[in-house]
Amino acid sequence: MSSTHVSTKINGQAVEYVCPNDASLLEVLRDQLGMTGTKEGCGSGDCGACSVTVDGRLVCSCLVLGVEAQGRAVETIEGMANKNQLHKLQEKFLEKAALQCGICTPGVLIAARSLLEKNPDPTEQEVRYWIAGNLCRCTGYDKIVRAILESAKELREEAA
Amino acid sequence: MSEYQAREFKVLGQRLKRPDGFDKVTGRARYGADVEAAGMLHGRILRSPHAHARIVSIDTSAAEALNGVKAVITRADFPQAAKGYEDIQDNCMAGERALYDGHAVAAVAATSKRIAKQALKLIKVEYEVLPHVTGVEQAIAPGAPIVQPGKVSKRVPEGFSDNVVRYTSFGHGDVEAGFAKADAVIEREYRTEASHQGYIEPHACLATLDEDGRGDLWVCTQGHYFIRDMSCAVLGLESANLRVTASEIGGGFGGKTTVFVEPVALALAKKSGHAVKLVMTREEVLRATGPTVSTYMQVKLGLNKDGIITAAYARLFYQAGAYKQGTADFGAMPAFAPYELENVHTEGLDVITNRPRTASYRAPGAPTACYAAESAIDEACLELGLDPLEVRLKNAAKEGTKSSYGPTYQDHGLIQCLEAVKDTEHWNAPLAANQGRGLAAGFWFNFGGETSVSVFLNTDGSVTVTEANPDIGGSRASISMMVAEEFGINYEQVRTTVTDTGSMGQNEPTHGSRVTFAVGMAAIKASREIKADIQQRLAKMWDVSADQVIWQDGKAHCTDNSKGIEPMSLPEIGAIANNTGGPIGAHHGANMEGAGVAFGVHICDTEVDPETGFVSVKRYTAIQDAGKMIQPDYVEGQLQGGAVQGIGWALNEEYVYGDDGRLQNPGFLDYRIPVASDMPMIDTVIVEVPNPGHPFGVRGVGETPIVPPLAAVGNAVSRATNVRLRHLPMSPPRVLAAIQSA
Repeated sequence: MSSTHVSTKINGQAVEYVCPNDASLLEVLRDQLGMTGTKEGCGSGDCGACSVTVDGRLVCSCLVLGVEAQGRAVETIEGMANKNQLHKLQEKFLEKAALQCGICTPGVLIAARSLLEKNPDPTEQEVRYWIAGNLCRCTGYDKIVRAILESAKELREEAA
Repeated sequence: MSEYQAREFKVLGQRLKRPDGFDKVTGRARYGADVEAAGMLHGRILRSPHAHARIVSIDTSAAEALNGVKAVITRADFPQAAKGYEDIQDNCMAGERALYDGHAVAAVAATSKRIAKQALKLIKVEYEVLPHVTGVEQAIAPGAPIVQPGKVSKRVPEGFSDNVVRYTSFGHGDVEAGFAKADAVIEREYRTEASHQGYIEPHACLATLDEDGRGDLWVCTQGHYFIRDMSCAVLGLESANLRVTASEIGGGFGGKTTVFVEPVALALAKKSGHAVKLVMTREEVLRATGPTVSTYMQVKLGLNKDGIITAAYARLFYQAGAYKQGTADFGAMPAFAPYELENVHTEGLDVITNRPRTASYRAPGAPTACYAAESAIDEACLELGLDPLEVRLKNAAKEGTKSSYGPTYQDHGLIQCLEAVKDTEHWNAPLAANQGRGLAAGFWFNFGGETSVSVFLNTDGSVTVTEANPDIGGSRASISMMVAEEFGINYEQVRTTVTDTGSMGQNEPTHGSRVTFAVGMAAIKASREIKADIQQRLAKMWDVSADQVIWQDGKAHCTDNSKGIEPMSLPEIGAIANNTGGPIGAHHGANMEGAGVAFGVHICDTEVDPETGFVSVKRYTAIQDAGKMIQPDYVEGQLQGGAVQGIGWALNEEYVYGDDGRLQNPGFLDYRIPVASDMPMIDTVIVEVPNPGHPFGVRGVGETPIVPPLAAVGNAVSRATNVRLRHLPMSPPRVLAAIQSA
């Protein structure tokens, strides 16, 4: 398998890597760049644990090739907090106990942020359908949905 | 003897943040697959494509010759397993026969994942395909292909194939006499399909093992002592020489209490001389780990017209996978546990098939048995025109009731849970067209078991708790809270750490709903030893007797006011420890007895589309006795998560096998667990009836929540459609067929 040199931006930082042409973005992030915050639950796009955004679009990084990041901007869980200042969603997930084991949490947070960027005032149903691609086996989703709705409300209030 | 003392709590009951939370919302937490080692190789396992086959030969020479391959192993690389661990070894790596689709037959370690994958294709296995059986009813029939000859226990009754390997029975009274007294006797059969625990994190580990049998293992597991002891038994190692560290764990639900890849990674590490990382794919997780039982269950129930159960009988066939298990016992015991019965008899029969070796899944055995029992009760209520809540209240087990499985109950909260149903808005809300409401009770024993904890007072007065049970749902927080409560200090002054097998004595895994109860109790007892030690030290210093030193509001006080001694805080005591006898700390290691039983009652509203058979859950309430809540969010979370797992089992999740004995749906697309858009909010009501066996009254809460949903959903669907469905999951094709054939 031949490899390709890739210049990209990850969480605002310029990054260069050489990856096999068939390597997924997930593989590059985890195995080559040591960014293990993005998780692999299935490798087939069914669980959402590997959710990241590429140029602002929510994707499963297991279904994107590493070479596709060329010239784009990738956002991962590692870039969500500003140093030790957590994003509202991260804070709310802790406050509302919206995680148990925590393995789906990075993917859910990335997906939720992506939702709120597009729709700052989602209904419960809109939240449930947006994160339907992020499997959680621990919580039954109740506290996750509540945390997202409450984050949205507080972010709206802060913006007003 | 009662451990419980009624008191006011300051820390318990608060919704405090978990100490591991920050790392988990920022991606810093390290799970099984998140570590690397210098010179690390990647392991990969070759699996049988056949449900049942004799392994004639394995030729590994081409794989070994591939550039980058550092080791190839088969069963020939394993020593004879220690007695009692033969099945565990055989499940990790097949011997003479592959017993199910996905059974490991060889493994490689290579310098990259790609090379490892390529090497698998170069291993030539010659199989002689043998007849197979995967269905529980097919497997018990005389004449069925026999999965493992010579495994039948003495007590198994006549008339079955040799796949029925184990039999147990429980009960008391005379069920025949009870049925004779009944006004209505119903006899029904129920079936459930196998589900998987469905943790989102696949099994993963990183192993080193040198020629002398010294090694280290990093692994995602519910119990690193079990993993250590099983790996040692399978590989001929000594426990002291294998240090196992538990990573953060991405869900387990019982499925991560045994070994699958760990001995394989260790054997590859030994043979290659390198660290080996082995991570399962999702397909491997579904084909070769977990799953839970599938069942065929017969129930006979007698009721008089007042709704009193005169007799209850159940015979439960549990499909255990390819090896003998004991799960049927844990179905036969709890089936009728919520009720005070004069006459009860349950039988559990374990059946082996050409399927993966089943693993525990949250209250293993109970959900299916209680599904059968609670469905039969609902059918009897409909037949006799009785209210399902009143019937359950009339028959409910109380303190002092002789349980259906033998022991007499101590105080518990079943009746309070049932009474709480009446008070919910949910139970009294109207239903729309095509909707039905189901009610079901559930039970789990809960467990204590081997537990080791150390507590230290630091010189600045903060408290370190060292324990060794992987934290799945917030146990580090709850244990810190209990220790803070015991010392009368703030939660933030206590930090609880989960340590490795080289640093702490034996612990049962994080299973049996035991950790908050057992580890918490051990930590409280160690804290009490520390307080007693401090009392001695201060008594000496203050020149009073030890009983004149008392604890109040986080400080040691001298009761002899004539001395004019100021109370001392933990920071003050910690600061002078060096002068009062040295480091202050205590270890508590014991089998923690007194885990109180936990009852739950669930209410479910479903709506059934008569044209497609699709069932949607419109509303759900889970009610449970938690004894004493430590952190209410985490108790609610257990109820909500367990309920949704149960809903998935009831409506969707199913292992589908083809005629060829191969699993047809080994992926999250086709093995579909509930997603957010499938579910409503899950309302919870927590009842607190203190467990007499715990100093603060705590009961385990983790497992009971998966027990009632199967029947609660089943009863709701049956009431919505006026057709009784007796086969889970109630997927649209099954529901539609039932509606159309009615």
